[in-house]
Amino acid sequence: MTSASTATVVVDRPRKGTAHHDLRRFLLRRLGTGLVLLIGITLVAFVVTHLVPGDPVAANLGQGALNDPAAVAAFRHQYGLDQPLPVQYARYLTGLLHGDLGISEQSHRAVLSDLNQYVPATVELALFAIVTSLIVGVALGILAASFRDRWPDHIIRVISLGGVSMPIFWIALVAFYLLFFRLGWLPGGGRLDPAVSPPPHITGLYTVDALLHGQWGLLWQALRHLVLPGLVLAIYTVGMLTRFTRASMLEIMGNDYVRAARLKGLPEHVVILRHVLRPALISIITVAGLAFAGLLSGTVLVENIFAWPGLGQYAYHSAVNLDLPAIMGVSLFIALVYIVINLVIDLLYGVIDPRIRLS
Amino acid sequence: MSGDPVVTAASSAPPAGLADDVLARRRRRLRVPPAWRQPLAVTGLAIVGAWLVIAIFAPLIGPDNPLAQNFGILAAPSSAHWFGTDELGRDVLSRVLAGARVTLPLSVLLVVIAMLIGALLGGFAGFLGGWADVALMRLADLFFAFPGIILALAVAAALGPQLRNAVIAVVAVSWPSYARLVRSLVLAARTAPYVVASRMLGASGWRVLFTDIRPNIAGPVLVLAALDLGNAVLLLSGLSFLGLGAQPPTAEWGAMVAEGTQNFNDWWVGVFPGLAILTVVLAFNFIGDALRDALDPRTARTVRLS
Repeated sequence: MTSASTATVVVDRPRKGTAHHDLRRFLLRRLGTGLVLLIGITLVAFVVTHLVPGDPVAANLGQGALNDPAAVAAFRHQYGLDQPLPVQYARYLTGLLHGDLGISEQSHRAVLSDLNQYVPATVELALFAIVTSLIVGVALGILAASFRDRWPDHIIRVISLGGVSMPIFWIALVAFYLLFFRLGWLPGGGRLDPAVSPPPHITGLYTVDALLHGQWGLLWQALRHLVLPGLVLAIYTVGMLTRFTRASMLEIMGNDYVRAARLKGLPEHVVILRHVLRPALISIITVAGLAFAGLLSGTVLVENIFAWPGLGQYAYHSAVNLDLPAIMGVSLFIALVYIVINLVIDLLYGVIDPRIRLS
Repeated sequence: MSGDPVVTAASSAPPAGLADDVLARRRRRLRVPPAWRQPLAVTGLAIVGAWLVIAIFAPLIGPDNPLAQNFGILAAPSSAHWFGTDELGRDVLSRVLAGARVTLPLSVLLVVIAMLIGALLGGFAGFLGGWADVALMRLADLFFAFPGIILALAVAAALGPQLRNAVIAVVAVSWPSYARLVRSLVLAARTAPYVVASRMLGASGWRVLFTDIRPNIAGPVLVLAALDLGNAVLLLSGLSFLGLGAQPPTAEWGAMVAEGTQNFNDWWVGVFPGLAILTVVLAFNFIGDALRDALDPRTARTVRLS
């Protein structure tokens, strides 16, 4: 700690000031590395998408236009493809500084407004999935750890391994077939029934917007549409979180203070929930945070089947059509989410575990 | 190789007795519990074994040619076609069996390639240190922060939709975890007495890295590879599902599930190949899980304590 530079803060509030300063320095450093990482990611995305044989002109222009050299040249010029690569990259970075992610070669709109449109749908899906998997996964993990090496543990182990082994594009198909097509219990696709207009835009999450406007019927409908793709998406993370919860709880159960808590006669559920689960929550939340970011990209495999108009479908269509600005935009967005979530997790550590000081 | 420094130049192979000794020691360390205590691992081995047999003998076992469009289209499962037929009148059972010949070798191959690349880069980073370490690990960080499936999607799409390119894409996504693991293991081993002793006997850096350190850190790396196999199958078949991997008419499980989504009315088209993926991945994960329990010193310790 550099006491000299904290002097001005220390004068005002001696103790809190220092902590505050530490936090700020920590935040600044993390934001700095995050920024470097983001720039690096633009570079990787740029190199990957530009140095390879795929030709965005062929992917985006029709056969007729392809035979017309003027049209090809116009296309290349319009998207800057006629410039040398370093110039293209510099242009991209300059645009980025102005909040300009480029124009999608496919939708002919700004990538940023495309993202604005598709991200809320996917965030809603991923939030539903992560909340579901936290509830189910942590509960199963606690159960497995408390019944270690007995039959509930074995059954849960098979369930969680099954979860992480599930090809989600397949279980999506099976769930769609059974629950929608055969049984008709749940709607099969889209965010709302056809011809129903969404609630007025506040967050873009239909459930939240409907709730905020008190449109209960719409809320119910949005939830019903959310359930099928959300649960399918949650299968992998349920398995993952179950395994993590079990492992980290077992590790903590070996500690002397847990034995002390038992020996002083605390009921088992108090020991489990207060003395074991709370410290275990740290690694659980870390994993859940990263899983959430993973879910955002995992939707690529699910959204197609459920006709969910989100980031996954956008990423898929941009990749297939070699829509370079769009691919870079999606990658940047998801990387940004990763970085922000990592930061939030680090900050949460201090809240959950007072022993951890920012360092 | 700590034995005789004079021998090194003459014999390219390590002394046989020593290698046996190392192997024996590792065998002793990996005490395999009796089969009935590891039902999942045994199940996993049995399933993988069965799929291997199928992969090798698929043309003999399969009732029909997986590519022949000989039959009525979209016929439901029957005694003639246990898994039904697909939209082109091909026998689904034969195609599922043939799919093992695509998925199993490719997933093993890509995990091995990713392991080799990651281990080499991670080993150099850990052993050389300095700017090489910083550069290589920042590169790994980048690939780590990059959303896996999006990267694979971009690589596969940019290289062109082909099975080979899907494999490259999955390798591009998977090598960083090996690099990180190997680097940390090499860093820890670098100051170990056996390494220092070897250096003092005049062994070159390469020799230390490949002859002394490599066998000592192989265990955790192989466990990671075993755990990674299932993910490799999932990612590879996922790319094929999206149309970025195997192309028609190749009988590949992910691509077959995609055909199933086109004909979801006829459930058998997509359900059986998906079940094949699930069983293979599940079996790999059963094995990987048991391996980790056996090799991870932390789990081993808690097991002994209780």
